[in-house]
Amino acid sequence: MTDTEKTAPEAAPAPEAEAAAVPAPEAEGLDARLVVDRGDFRLDVALTAGPGDVVALLGPNGAGKTTALRALAGLTPLTSGHLLLDGTELDDMPPESRPVGVVFQDYLLFPHLTALDNVAFGPRCQGATKAQARAQAAVWLERMGLADHVGARPRRLSGGQAQRVALARALATGPRLLLLDEPLAALDARTRLEVRAGLRRHLAAFEAVAVLVTHDPLDAMVLADRLVVIEEGHVVQEGTPGDVARHPRTDYIAHLVGLNLYQGQAEGHTVRLDTGPVITTTEELSGPVFVAFPPGAVTLYREKPTGSSARNLWRGEVAGLETHGDQIRVDVTGELRLAADLTTLAAAELGLHPGAPIWATVKAAQTHAYPA
Amino acid sequence: MRARGRRAPVPLPLLLPALIGLAFLVLPLIALLVRTPWSSLPEQLASTEVWQALRLSLVCATAATAVSLVIGVPLAWLLARVDFPGRGLVRALVTLPLVLPPVVGGVALLMALGRNGVVGQWLDSWFGITLPFTTAGVVVAEAFVAMPFLVISVEGTLRAADPRYEEAATTLGASRFTAFRRVTLPLIAPGIAAGAVLAWARALGEFGATITFAGNFPGRTQTMPLAVYLALQSDPAAAIALSLVLLAVSVAVLAGLRDRWMTAT
Repeated sequence: MTDTEKTAPEAAPAPEAEAAAVPAPEAEGLDARLVVDRGDFRLDVALTAGPGDVVALLGPNGAGKTTALRALAGLTPLTSGHLLLDGTELDDMPPESRPVGVVFQDYLLFPHLTALDNVAFGPRCQGATKAQARAQAAVWLERMGLADHVGARPRRLSGGQAQRVALARALATGPRLLLLDEPLAALDARTRLEVRAGLRRHLAAFEAVAVLVTHDPLDAMVLADRLVVIEEGHVVQEGTPGDVARHPRTDYIAHLVGLNLYQGQAEGHTVRLDTGPVITTTEELSGPVFVAFPPGAVTLYREKPTGSSARNLWRGEVAGLETHGDQIRVDVTGELRLAADLTTLAAAELGLHPGAPIWATVKAAQTHAYPA
Repeated sequence: MRARGRRAPVPLPLLLPALIGLAFLVLPLIALLVRTPWSSLPEQLASTEVWQALRLSLVCATAATAVSLVIGVPLAWLLARVDFPGRGLVRALVTLPLVLPPVVGGVALLMALGRNGVVGQWLDSWFGITLPFTTAGVVVAEAFVAMPFLVISVEGTLRAADPRYEEAATTLGASRFTAFRRVTLPLIAPGIAAGAVLAWARALGEFGATITFAGNFPGRTQTMPLAVYLALQSDPAAAIALSLVLLAVSVAVLAGLRDRWMTAT
């Protein structure tokens, strides 16, 4: 549960000379506890990140991700908590004074300004002359590969171009914290791939803290070094993308990464679930555990299989069928609620339909148990 | 009434009153054109009184619009963007001059800014400023009546505009005022223009508050509507000629507004 390790070993250590210039090197980066009360919704999230980190806030709609982002930017006031960036307290600082750049979900490029003047807006507000600001903006746009679109109004830009202008605009102010709200949500699937790769490069090159909000696990896993999963205003899990995918702690995460996830008490190789059924695993554990297995590891039968070596055998019925690419995901209820992935052919041979009685098996070797 | 094509027939109980309504609105204007003494028109319009009144009207209406813009746009912003207690009441007070009989507005202005008025006595004794029965008084009276049009129009545009652009500007380091000046103002410019034209037209035609607060002195406070009213009693032909000028200006405003609205959408 304690992920706030002050001495993150994988964070690139600052060069000696620079470290000496900074009074408190351990205070660099973001250290925040964001508490926002809004009616009967309460956001209470702790966030820490070092310079160069890219943190993704991942969660379902309405989890409070955007509220957290707005609180970091100063657009929504904190009810309580604290917000430290590079050792400076930002809690009561108005948004215009915070060294924070924001890329909004629909970019919010100023429609009456050219791409160049959109990017020059921040430097202008920081006191640069018009000529200086435009020169800086031109450099940023060139870096984004938009040198040819300097004079274009936002409505003439494609989604991917607008996204890059928005990123350039946010970076042009030299922020110490970069916030991205669903940076790829406004794009169609094809542009998304391209823009995601570009964004990944720019985020990797960004030397300060970046926090992005997304409901798309793929975006989060590709772009971020660390995931913070938020549900109903609270952090339910955080860790590297790999950790979170292998050891999901809630239904939501398990669904996102395509796993069946259960909680129970382990005793040796068996795990008795809180809901009754028992799952046999290869791991030997004791005490409260999570058990996970991918839907592809489930085999379904219409008749009780005879001579099957699988210890994990449950009776159920088909609750629903859903197409996932060239696979069919079967929602099975009964002794154990689970998701199973079948090929279309297999599903047709089994004659599956909602309400059909079914037997489900999983090999112990394909389950994965870990302490809760 | 010509070829209806394939359209569904319009029911008579709706069509008849509609046509009467149309005639009711258009007929007086046609009558004005019919009775215009076209032969003596150039002579009528060449008189110095007409030009004096027209010039005064245009200058005062423009000044009143400028005043309305300077104080009305910030007022509209306050109503649209700042959540303060009693906002509903303030909005009602702002719109009151829209429904208030202009004469009552004139009387109220006298009570406030007249030489013995609540504020006017201080203006007089401290700064030696007297507003009633001066050209400045005309501007005040017209602005009082016309500004609500501008405020309502701009507030509506502001409400329709996405406030998140202002938020985006503040995250880029703009103060709230800079965000307003450099982002919001350009975005709502079409709404401001439409509101200004409405206010200007209202100021141009203003009669009741002007005559009550500023009087009817040729060359100083006698605007076109006052001149029309006065001329009707002594020289109806002159009144018609003056009316024709105002009608022409109104039509021009309407055309201008339509262009504004077309570019705004």
